[in-house]
Amino acid sequence: MTDTTRRVLPYALIGIAGLLAPVIAPAYVIQLALLWMMVLFALTWDLCGGQMGYNSFGNILFFGIGCYIPAVMQRELFYGLEEYETVKRQVSTVSSSEYFTGFALGMALAIVIAVAVAAVLGSGILGLRGHYFAIATLGLGIAAGEIASGWEYIGAGSGMLAPMYPGEANARGIFFYYLLFLLAVICFFTLKWLYAGRFGLAINAIRDDEDKAEAMGIHTTRYKTVAWCVSAFFLALAGGAFGHLNNFIDRDVAFPGATFGVWMVLMAILGGKGTIWGPVIGATVFHVTQELFWTYLFGWQRVALGLLIVVIVVFFPVGIMGWLRERWPEKFGERVDVEARTAPVSLGESR
Amino acid sequence: MTPILEVSGVTKSFGGVVANHNITLNVPEGSITGLIGPNGSGKTTLFNSIVGFHPIDSGSVTFEERDISRLRVADVARLGLLRTFQQTRIYGKMSCMQNMEISVPHTHEGLRTMFSKYPPEVTERAEELLEFVGLYPKRHLRAGELSFGQQKLLELAMALMNGPKLLLLDEPTAGVNPVLINSLIDRLKRINSEIGITLFVIEHNMRVIMDLAVHIYCLAHGQLLAEGPPDEIRTDQRVINAYLGAH
Amino acid sequence: MLENLTLLYEAPILSVQLLIDGVLIGAIFALAAYGMALVWGVMDIINIAQGEFVMLGGYVTFLLATHAGVHPLLTVPAAAAALFILGWLLYRLVVFRIVGKDMFISILATFGISILLQQLANELFGADVQTAESGLGTLFFADDMITVEETKLVAFGLALAVGGILFLFLRQSRLGQAIRATAQNARAARIMGINTDRVYATTFALNAAICGAAGSLVVMTWLIHPYLGLAYTLRSFMIVIVAGLGSIGGVVFASLGLGAAENFAGFILGTEYQAAFVFSLLVVILVWRNFRLSRQRKYLK
Repeated sequence: MTDTTRRVLPYALIGIAGLLAPVIAPAYVIQLALLWMMVLFALTWDLCGGQMGYNSFGNILFFGIGCYIPAVMQRELFYGLEEYETVKRQVSTVSSSEYFTGFALGMALAIVIAVAVAAVLGSGILGLRGHYFAIATLGLGIAAGEIASGWEYIGAGSGMLAPMYPGEANARGIFFYYLLFLLAVICFFTLKWLYAGRFGLAINAIRDDEDKAEAMGIHTTRYKTVAWCVSAFFLALAGGAFGHLNNFIDRDVAFPGATFGVWMVLMAILGGKGTIWGPVIGATVFHVTQELFWTYLFGWQRVALGLLIVVIVVFFPVGIMGWLRERWPEKFGERVDVEARTAPVSLGESR
Repeated sequence: MTPILEVSGVTKSFGGVVANHNITLNVPEGSITGLIGPNGSGKTTLFNSIVGFHPIDSGSVTFEERDISRLRVADVARLGLLRTFQQTRIYGKMSCMQNMEISVPHTHEGLRTMFSKYPPEVTERAEELLEFVGLYPKRHLRAGELSFGQQKLLELAMALMNGPKLLLLDEPTAGVNPVLINSLIDRLKRINSEIGITLFVIEHNMRVIMDLAVHIYCLAHGQLLAEGPPDEIRTDQRVINAYLGAH
Repeated sequence: MLENLTLLYEAPILSVQLLIDGVLIGAIFALAAYGMALVWGVMDIINIAQGEFVMLGGYVTFLLATHAGVHPLLTVPAAAAALFILGWLLYRLVVFRIVGKDMFISILATFGISILLQQLANELFGADVQTAESGLGTLFFADDMITVEETKLVAFGLALAVGGILFLFLRQSRLGQAIRATAQNARAARIMGINTDRVYATTFALNAAICGAAGSLVVMTWLIHPYLGLAYTLRSFMIVIVAGLGSIGGVVFASLGLGAAENFAGFILGTEYQAAFVFSLLVVILVWRNFRLSRQRKYLK
């Protein structure tokens, strides 16, 4: 196997598997769609948490914004609040073109708002470091959920319904499966590209020693804000897809801080913080485990998930990739030949 | 020689402790200037005051005839005034090469540059400078795995990568293998003469600073005690007393 | 929102009522916050499961009062004792592994414990809102314009009493001194022969016990359900941020202030936004404190 084939092969396999999955296992199309969403969660969390050292518990905020806005957009464009109220919150039907125009415009607006929120809040919150940032974002995510559950315009506590998906019963699952798959793929390659250049090194530098990075003239605030905005961008899209896949949106769907919000962190840690494949692997392993819990521990799955968090964090904080890296560092581009490590540093010979 | 850095009347206190009291000194462009003084005399505090690591209580700092007293660390660094840390600071989880590459100057950095890849010149320059400080064989190791002295050399190389006009070095030879010190002095002189960077150096090793600097300032108890060329400082009774603990 | 403000302006007596209610619940916040400061200061751990301890303490009282017929006020020691044991067990099982680790690891691990306890409570006790009636009366003041439930007064007094006992314990007892020594310098304490592992276990268990007592008071005066934990955790965090570690006066003051502020916000913004106010306030306080520090080129550490 040449080097190129070896490098391309995993992408090809995952790509083919991703494309064929709904055909091979149509019964699991929703779970598979959620798998890609988990990958998105872990990747976007790791951008700030793993690569930049800013451990956020509040990224769910952007997901929630993304959840609501496309549904609100469709309502405002094609039937309005009044009609929505008069049909007693039943599923509204709109034509196929209306559905998708509204959805697309809503997704665009969701991106704009989520990124703007990240930029505005980021300027203050990203000045906080370490656990203060973690707790502040935790508060932020919950506050957003509380506001959503009190705001009548978006249905307050009783939530709101997205319009009926135009098409057959299972077409919705397939559409959103491919949407989330596409988003995950785009997100993966965007981050891979970002990590390979100046941006990646700058946020790594911020993670390793932010004071030093500042002393070297790096625009730390700018990099931090941009990183958070990139997270917000993809999370808003993931939220839009999920809200419409789920059809019903309320506080618990859009801002599930104690489930999705914590899982993001957990998946990235399980897979290995600060790597590009870690979050993907972590999300896959976690999602499968979680689905198994759901099937076999009926009623107790959430208790088991709490236990799982504790076990992973306490006993396996390096994650799968971190563990592999410790075992086979040379596979990770580190050249740790003993020679280099023990080579004497000499200043004399290079004149 | 015109001064590249002018410190005039700088005072900084922490709570009741005056760490710098009314300090006035200047660093001529192109020179190597030394800063000595016993432990706790306020040398590192002065460095911190100069680069904007903390706000100063009074006085002013002028760099290239521009008042930088109110600027923050990153802005000062982008103007070309850089400092290294006494307790070396490098990016521990990144490789030496990555440490070097991210240390390029960050002036005029728009969104385009933020997302750009590094051109081959940057990589070349990084390798050159690692070679210059003798770390080339270790360029792919994680920086955190280097010994303290080696990290010190890496930090120096990173500072050079940034291409400053004035470099404040906080004890550049502390922790470096004694066998290497002579060649390190030679490197520092070459940085000054060949690359053309003005150096302002805190140093505890008297032999090193006497060999290196053309002009030396001595601090004691947060105040400027003496200044002059090395030979004068060496024999100055006040300096000797300060180091021996007499008042 | 505006009409509520006008109402407050026109009937100042309402403000007095809000203030009293707020201060009375504030004392209970102070207990949980003091526990958090204790664990944070001694073990360098931010315990996210703080609110779950409060919640579980509430369930102990609820179960004893409704099923065993014990008077709720008498169950406070039982709630504290039960939570002390739980805290000790949690320390021995999990928490000892995260002492001295990265702060984020401790936050995430205790977050896991928090979810575990919350879901366990949900499975065992159901998601319904519960209260335990103490059967005490209500006091009326100022032509019946101001009402004060006697339970709340008693709870206020008990909260202050528990806080006082704890304060004396830390000051006077040998164990308390060992705890304070460990907080100042764990290594030195170990060298001087203090069994820091025992100190940590005691501290964590003691914190759980305080929260248990607080929860017992919560179920008497307000209500409990399995999901109220995080709100108490973040309130505690906020209070500790404002008051600083190790200032008991500051903790009491900040807690009473928060209780009052929350009550006013609930009245002005509407109760549906009261929780949103609390969590937003946390963010605002953190950012504000950090902004103030950043003028000194420092940040919250």
